[in-house]
Amino acid sequence: MAEDKKKAVEEKIPEDVALYLKNLRVKFVLEKETVYAVNGIDITLKKGKTLGLAGETGAGKTTTALSMLRLVPYPGKVECDRLVVDGKDVLKMKQKDLEKFRGADLAMIFQDPMTSLNPVFTVGQQIADAIMLHNPTTKEQAFKSAQQMLELVGIPAARAVEYPHQFSGGMKQRVVIAIALACNPGVLIADEPTTALDVTIQAQVIAMMKKLRDERGMSMIMITHDLGIIADVCDEVAIMYAGKIIEYGTLRDVFNHTKHPYTEGLFNSLPNIHNRDERLKPIPGLMPDPSNLPKGCAFAPRCRYATAACKEKVPEPRMVSDTHMVACSAYDDPAFRIERPEKD
Amino acid sequence: MAENILEVRNLKKYFKTPRGMLHAVDDVSFSIEKGHTLGIVGESGCGKTTTGRCILRLVEPTSGEIFFEGRDITKLGRGEMKKLRKDMQIIFQDPFSSLDPRYTINQTLTETLKINKIVTGKKAIENRVLELMETVGLAERLINTYPHELDGGRRQRIGIARALALNPKFIVCDEPVSALDVSIQAQILNLLEDLQEKLGLSYIFITHDLAVVNHFADEIAVMYLGQIVEKAPTQELFDNPMHPYTQALLSAIPIPEVIENRQQTILSGEISSPINPKDECRFAKRCRFSCDGCREKNPPLVEVKPGHFVACGRCGEL
Repeated sequence: MAEDKKKAVEEKIPEDVALYLKNLRVKFVLEKETVYAVNGIDITLKKGKTLGLAGETGAGKTTTALSMLRLVPYPGKVECDRLVVDGKDVLKMKQKDLEKFRGADLAMIFQDPMTSLNPVFTVGQQIADAIMLHNPTTKEQAFKSAQQMLELVGIPAARAVEYPHQFSGGMKQRVVIAIALACNPGVLIADEPTTALDVTIQAQVIAMMKKLRDERGMSMIMITHDLGIIADVCDEVAIMYAGKIIEYGTLRDVFNHTKHPYTEGLFNSLPNIHNRDERLKPIPGLMPDPSNLPKGCAFAPRCRYATAACKEKVPEPRMVSDTHMVACSAYDDPAFRIERPEKD
Repeated sequence: MAENILEVRNLKKYFKTPRGMLHAVDDVSFSIEKGHTLGIVGESGCGKTTTGRCILRLVEPTSGEIFFEGRDITKLGRGEMKKLRKDMQIIFQDPFSSLDPRYTINQTLTETLKINKIVTGKKAIENRVLELMETVGLAERLINTYPHELDGGRRQRIGIARALALNPKFIVCDEPVSALDVSIQAQILNLLEDLQEKLGLSYIFITHDLAVVNHFADEIAVMYLGQIVEKAPTQELFDNPMHPYTQALLSAIPIPEVIENRQQTILSGEISSPINPKDECRFAKRCRFSCDGCREKNPPLVEVKPGHFVACGRCGEL
């Protein structure tokens, strides 16, 4: 801990960085086993940018998000070298500071709008509660602001007196977004915000989020398994596998100059909308059990390029350009290329 | 023309609710050729699942005819229907709730075989179970595992094995991959494709994922509020969508590619209530082309090109 503090003094975070996360590790110590959910993650999010965090179930996306809010539930153990949001060192915060920090500096939208709203309060009250928690204001004033927030997300202000069950799924998610944005956070984490919604409603909600983000100059972390949404919304992409970021770069880096075999596998698994007869090429096997991770590269057992060395050695992150990182030992051989062709 | 395995005519399913009649499926007709796949797409509440269940009579249709291999099955009694269900099976969306948690893979499959007397004799049943497991790509060592010990992809494989146990000719796949991760989704889709080729199966593939249905189906029916609004061969539907709703659906697909300034048609509003719908185009409220005429009469499904059907009053002029 003392060492951590010393490091914190040494490292200065540039002004234009909205969120800085260094070496995040999360494990859940259970009776019989220890689940290693997140195993060393670094994120640097610049102000006004959107980072997409993609990966499959169990990759550690949501745990990473919860760690940033310091909301990982018991028996989770979070270790982290540094977490700075908007210039504030989150790891040094006491409980009281954290309560102020959550929602005002860093807000989160959860996946399921059906369960993240309280069924016994009107939506107006719930938004007003969030406002009053962070701003000294009267009830009436807060309720007025809540109505404005509803208008902002495309719901008539008159519906502020209604209860969540009177809203459809898409509308509920809009209310959740209104609550998250009520205190004008600098950084917004959206955890699969449209997974529970229909495609046309998803398109509505995504378009609205993009508009609000741009208007407010907000930074965003978009967690999703849908690479289509990433392409639509994000400036940068981090692909996660078994609790690690295995490829990180700008949207173009990752989508057009794919480097990691897992990222390639994800793209190959998706039906090609331009060529319907092309057979899908799934990734064989399953994600490894996080309580029993393989010794070397966690993806090696499913990787068609894997060598004996991959199964022994944990791959080091390597920069292939100024913005593009890949963690794959196969690139030790300078001639190594994956099959997916590069685009511009 | 090839032989139709299934033909549905004017299928209706209304549910009684305190607020009036809910038109879940409202006058739907289609047919499927042997060995082909019909994709039914639409959003939650459009009646696609109810349609699938009516065909198997898991839900009794309010009216309409369903011909399976030329026989109207809506008139069949319980005993005859039970026999027929060997030929018609269903794979459910959620592999987590459609399996009995207290049954191992072996028990689940054995029960199906025993009840329907597909094979008799202990040894024969055991062999058939192993054969089914191999067909769907489940390792033999898993034979005595319970559903909770398995991941979603493997559970869905059990669901498929259970459907195949009775040697069906026709399977309703109700969102079989929507609960699964992409890499597993691709494994299951390939498996269903291989089985179709090997066993000559016909499918109804119900989904909300247009990219998946584009890959998987020969023909697509787009449903909106209980009715088919457009029906065409897959390539034709994607190349030349005519109904404004289909156009909006296609435009809303998130495409995993870097596209500069993609133009999307974003629909305003939400699906309206299926309870006591008025005699008007059900999509009119959300349609950017709607005019007074659209609100006077519900447009019928008409053939505008060979094999391409559209239900839109303004389709000719647009």
